[in-house]
Amino acid sequence: MIEKPSARIALTVFFLTLLCIPLAIRWWSTHRQPAATSKDTSSILSRYGFRLEEVSKACGIDFVHQAPTLDPKLSHIMPHIASMGAAVSIVDYDRDGLPDIYVTNSAEGSKNHLYHNLGNGKFEDVAEQMGIADVNKPETGVSMGAVWGDYDNDGYEDLLLYKWGRPELFHNDKGKGFTRVTDTSGLPKWVNANSAIWVDFDHDGKLDLLIAGYFDEKFDLWHLNTTKMMPESFEYAENGGRKYLLRNLGNGHFEDVTARMGLNSRRWTLGVFAADLRGTGYPDIFFANDYGVSELFFNENGQHFREVGKETGVGYAPKSGMNASFGDVMNNGRYCIYVSNISEPGILLQGNNLWVPKDGTSGDGIKYENGASAMGVELGGWSFGAQFGDLNNDGWLDLYLVNGYISGNKQRDYWYDFSKIAGGHSSIISDAERWPPIGDRSLGGYQQKKVWINDGTGHFDEVAQGVGVTDLNDGRSVAMADLWNRGVLDVVVANQRGPLLLYKNTVAPENRWIEFALEGAQSNRSAIGAQVTVYWNGRQQAQEVSGGNGFCSQNDRRLHFGLGKDPHIEKVVVRWPSGKVQELQNLEIGKLHTIKEPL
Amino acid sequence: MIPDTKASGIQKPPTSGPPVATAAPASMPAPQSKKFTFDQRYIPPIFITLILVVGQITFGVLESIPYTLAAIAASILMEMALGMLFYKKIPHLASAYISGISVGILIRSPFWWPYILCSAIAITSKYLIRVRGRHIWNPSNLAIAVMLVIAYDSVAPLNIQWGNSHWAMLAIWVLGSIIIYRLKRFHICATYVISFIAYALLRSLIIPHGAGETFSTLFLREVAPITGPMYQLFIFFMITDPKTTVTTKKGQILVAFLIATMENILRLTGTFTDFHFFAIHAPYYALFIVGPVANLIEIWKTPRAPGGANAPVPAK
Repeated sequence: MIEKPSARIALTVFFLTLLCIPLAIRWWSTHRQPAATSKDTSSILSRYGFRLEEVSKACGIDFVHQAPTLDPKLSHIMPHIASMGAAVSIVDYDRDGLPDIYVTNSAEGSKNHLYHNLGNGKFEDVAEQMGIADVNKPETGVSMGAVWGDYDNDGYEDLLLYKWGRPELFHNDKGKGFTRVTDTSGLPKWVNANSAIWVDFDHDGKLDLLIAGYFDEKFDLWHLNTTKMMPESFEYAENGGRKYLLRNLGNGHFEDVTARMGLNSRRWTLGVFAADLRGTGYPDIFFANDYGVSELFFNENGQHFREVGKETGVGYAPKSGMNASFGDVMNNGRYCIYVSNISEPGILLQGNNLWVPKDGTSGDGIKYENGASAMGVELGGWSFGAQFGDLNNDGWLDLYLVNGYISGNKQRDYWYDFSKIAGGHSSIISDAERWPPIGDRSLGGYQQKKVWINDGTGHFDEVAQGVGVTDLNDGRSVAMADLWNRGVLDVVVANQRGPLLLYKNTVAPENRWIEFALEGAQSNRSAIGAQVTVYWNGRQQAQEVSGGNGFCSQNDRRLHFGLGKDPHIEKVVVRWPSGKVQELQNLEIGKLHTIKEPL
Repeated sequence: MIPDTKASGIQKPPTSGPPVATAAPASMPAPQSKKFTFDQRYIPPIFITLILVVGQITFGVLESIPYTLAAIAASILMEMALGMLFYKKIPHLASAYISGISVGILIRSPFWWPYILCSAIAITSKYLIRVRGRHIWNPSNLAIAVMLVIAYDSVAPLNIQWGNSHWAMLAIWVLGSIIIYRLKRFHICATYVISFIAYALLRSLIIPHGAGETFSTLFLREVAPITGPMYQLFIFFMITDPKTTVTTKKGQILVAFLIATMENILRLTGTFTDFHFFAIHAPYYALFIVGPVANLIEIWKTPRAPGGANAPVPAK
């Protein structure tokens, strides 16, 4: 071996340089993060273009989520098991033109709230008088989330409440109250569900339902006769709950067509959405699964679903999928898919996935690649709900992510015990009895939320602290809506064992906007599945009305488009689920446009 | 490498040639007889490749195929470059391949750079950290242990099962044991596994039992980690590395036991204190601590041969 001192010195310097690389990357990354800035709105607006201010209390919202208490056999890991249930969805239930907020509670006997938007900056809880508050009665299970859709096309949004327990369907009686119609609806008797959506999968003009199980539906989590109800693997589990695709027969009854349509997954689903990913006109279905790979089902003309996760590239690298949401991130008329996972430095770094359609692929041959790292939206802690929306009205979709799993004792964490079990064989991990007690310890708690601003060049900048998002709650569900018809997207966040937060948005006025409220005629009246593409200043952006998007959440059905400065709209194209295509021109900017499907 | 000619597992001393070994059997002897001409140095790379390919095809185990390929490529290129720089020739690349593939499997990161950096640290350490011509740390173990500290926010270790099948797990254990037995290193693996299980037993006796917790519950909890693929790779490809283990069979057994002992100590710190970093990564840091100490003691006890640092060291 050459033993020249100079060679040894050079090798030593090289080795030390290698060791310094992570430090340099960390320094560079830290200096890109915005520090919490002054509370002065004008300085925040001049720097970031928008500001989010938490105003829930000022608006009369004082909701705090309560978690369930399940079978005593699970008491040693209760915070881990009872870690979901805080959910928020947006609906204008009384058609007064103001989006309202429905939030779920999960303790036995606790009440869900429907915050009616009074339009004067205040909200009033009307759930009790409307008949959709007392829905967590013992022996019926507890709420995990809610989605809204007009299943009987009477013009008013009806409520599907999914639970660890009996799913419930409430008919909206013209905004005056709700009638429970579960018993005649054909819904399953018991599903341990953490996600559900409204979708007209066969384009018959009637909204169908998809309810996705998490725990196997054979378990009543309050009366367990076994503790072997946990996932059989940390990343390859297929012993979760079944899925229910329920076809709307039009008479208030739903028919279970799951097996016939090919949705035979038993993975542990936490996030689901339906959107036309291939331009076929039919909604494809994406499942983000905990303890496993994601699944993508192509809709074959409403006749059948075909699983294409591996074929398209999204079905590899199993992680802990919590959230599934979609958005036209690249402004090219094609949807990217965001799946949130777990990232804990030095212990478990799954990273979130942003599935971006590969250039040159489309239709049945569409392929996705994970662009999360390159685009800067990968590390979000123990991530849960996420939503795309143009928060600064610059014409590019931004991303709001909540996180934090269990914020317990700050001095003690559960990671070591968790790591033992996560690496264990199925016979060990699948038995709750074998999980170490968690006590009051934290697990991925007290995490800073992420607000990623799309800079339009294929990169996102994280600005949460700078724009005013400073809470450290255990975030679960995020929904966006222009709550006061101001032309900006406000953000509502449901936190597990924490408060419902309402972030009121203020956007620099030079950035313009346009909004659309769609109403189907031949298509389902909620217009779920309708796609609007705005063409302006040589750019385009597509958005789709969704019957549920993200983790346990649903945005306002109205679509909001930021347009940036000095926009000139060339045209707006609406593609309805019925197949009709409507082209609109000369639309006024800075206005909400109500578009009815032509007959 | 000079072929091993004895059943005891004793190797002839390394010369001043390139530092070939990273993971054990990679530096095992070349053909031993005229009848059997297959170079046994290829067995471990083939074995680990087989594990990876089967795991990826059946379960999609890798974070990213390109990232793992980047780790392998970085390892091989670094070995070639440093070999040319310091020895004026390209070393046998089986060792670098195993280092690269170990890094590609054992670390998890959403970024590409940790895979390349970890491989680069592993190979560079082989050339830099040498005592009397021997490198004293298993290169991939050193690199992973270092990365978990300096790049804690970008790197995590493999800590999951590959699939749920008992048969897959059993097949790797059986096949690995056969191969490692043939390479005369089975005693190291057996000692470590028996020690690990014994210490799991001990921990389940001394850890306070919660309400309703039985001894078997605690034991299964403590023994759970060794059922994962990370341990299979750790046992078959790290602690058996002939270049970074001591030379005598008794010494190897003792060191394997001490690694398990150190791991037990680290795990107990995780159980009885709120400091969990070393407990979570216990096997890596146990080998990181015990391996070089054992090697240094052996080197220290061995008379220095005439000719300086690069002279042949006693039999390994």
